[in-house]
Amino acid sequence: MDTIPAQLLYTSDHEWVSIVDGIATIGITDHAQDQLGDIVFCGDSPEPKSKVEKGDTIAVVESVKANSDIYSPVDGRVVEVNEELEEEPELVNGDCYGKGWILKVKVKDPDDIIELLNAEQYEKLVENES
Amino acid sequence: MSKADLDKLKKTPFFDLHVEAGARLVDFGGWALPVQYEGILAEHHRVREKVGLFDVSHMGEFFVEGEGAEAFLQRMTTNDVSTLSDGQAHYTVSLYEHGGIVDDLLVYKRGEGRYLVCVNAACIEKDWDWFSSHHDEGRDGCTLVNGSESWAQLAIQGRHAQALLQKLTDVDLGGVTYYRFAEGVLAGINCIIARTGYTGEDGFELFLSGDDAASMWSSLFDAGEEYGLQPIGLGARDTLRLESKYCLYGNDITDQTTPLEGRLAWIVKLDKGDFIGRDALVAQKEAGIPRRLVGFELLGRGIARHGYSVLLHGEVVGEVTSGAHSPSLGKSIGLCYLPAGSTKSGTEFEVQVRKKRVPAVVVKTPFYKRPY
Repeated sequence: MDTIPAQLLYTSDHEWVSIVDGIATIGITDHAQDQLGDIVFCGDSPEPKSKVEKGDTIAVVESVKANSDIYSPVDGRVVEVNEELEEEPELVNGDCYGKGWILKVKVKDPDDIIELLNAEQYEKLVENES
Repeated sequence: MSKADLDKLKKTPFFDLHVEAGARLVDFGGWALPVQYEGILAEHHRVREKVGLFDVSHMGEFFVEGEGAEAFLQRMTTNDVSTLSDGQAHYTVSLYEHGGIVDDLLVYKRGEGRYLVCVNAACIEKDWDWFSSHHDEGRDGCTLVNGSESWAQLAIQGRHAQALLQKLTDVDLGGVTYYRFAEGVLAGINCIIARTGYTGEDGFELFLSGDDAASMWSSLFDAGEEYGLQPIGLGARDTLRLESKYCLYGNDITDQTTPLEGRLAWIVKLDKGDFIGRDALVAQKEAGIPRRLVGFELLGRGIARHGYSVLLHGEVVGEVTSGAHSPSLGKSIGLCYLPAGSTKSGTEFEVQVRKKRVPAVVVKTPFYKRPY
């Protein structure tokens, strides 16, 4: 069973977003990490302070059998990249909503979050894809 | 995968057991097979450190029998069939006239005039057409039968494989040395027990009737519990064979590559007499072999995957034929063809990994050697 925490927001590309004080923390969902399998690399993110636009690639996640681009769900500026993933990419498998966070973006327009999915909507999306 | 998709695929006799064991199933050349159970990395390490069980029943089995069997196989393959003794097997390829490879295979000599030929799953139909179109029972003095539908195959690979299997049989497995096989009873089932494999670890492959599949599976897991036996999927199968530099037909060797280019000269016995493709190989040797299969490591971040371009001095010279993250080495490794003159260990080149050109270096293979 995939975990879909109720308090987070989601994208149709299987990313989760948590927005606190205008800063969006972004990662990939339990469904995504499960589909990818063992993750061996997560990186190639823009430097902190770089501008990003919705849809820009903000990270690449490589598993043993596939790779996946992670897209920015919002316009904004990169605040922080999770450096722990350099040595321990498997955190994305083991703790995708916690220690496996990928990067933080300062959101330009708070109204952007209206387009994100809530937990119920994301759950339906995952069901339809299976 | 939806039930509808699954229904369209071929299934081995172990299909229900895979589902029960929690396999993630994929479409592998038209077969529903497990890509993983507990996870590719865990399964890979299990085979390297303990023992694992692979369902390889999708592979094909042809039987060649009769006085003319040896001569027929000599003509159809590059290795010297006349050097096989009873209970011995060897690795070989079958070639087209132009020297390109039809498939790589194993030939097992079961007795005078009695051979088993094991072919790749994805090539069964093609190989059958190839072999049967070159076979005439009267002229060749042998029969040719495709037994793929009724035979199942399992691979038990890892340092505990012999101890595990010895619990189930009176056949002295210590006497069944590398590339030899015995025919006997294991777990109460008649089977061929061969010391062969595709992982680089010690291990055995069993050929048995599809009807005995469920019984054999459960006996193996009972005997294997103390050794940590678990089922292993295709994902780990690929990383294991790549680390050991075993070729995958369709990737590293194809109908567009000769065995000389593929660094398989050791299974080509030009002196044994004529065989299909011999002239093309002799000509290629004389003209100079234009490219060779090499093993490489990436020197920068990334995974070199099948199909990524390979660049030498900034120019595209080929593609990655196989590539992966190596779980046992913790590096990105792969195979590709480089032009003659650029194939020595230490040669540096580049792989186009998505948007980046990542430096790579030719290394000696196999990438992994087992420590026992």
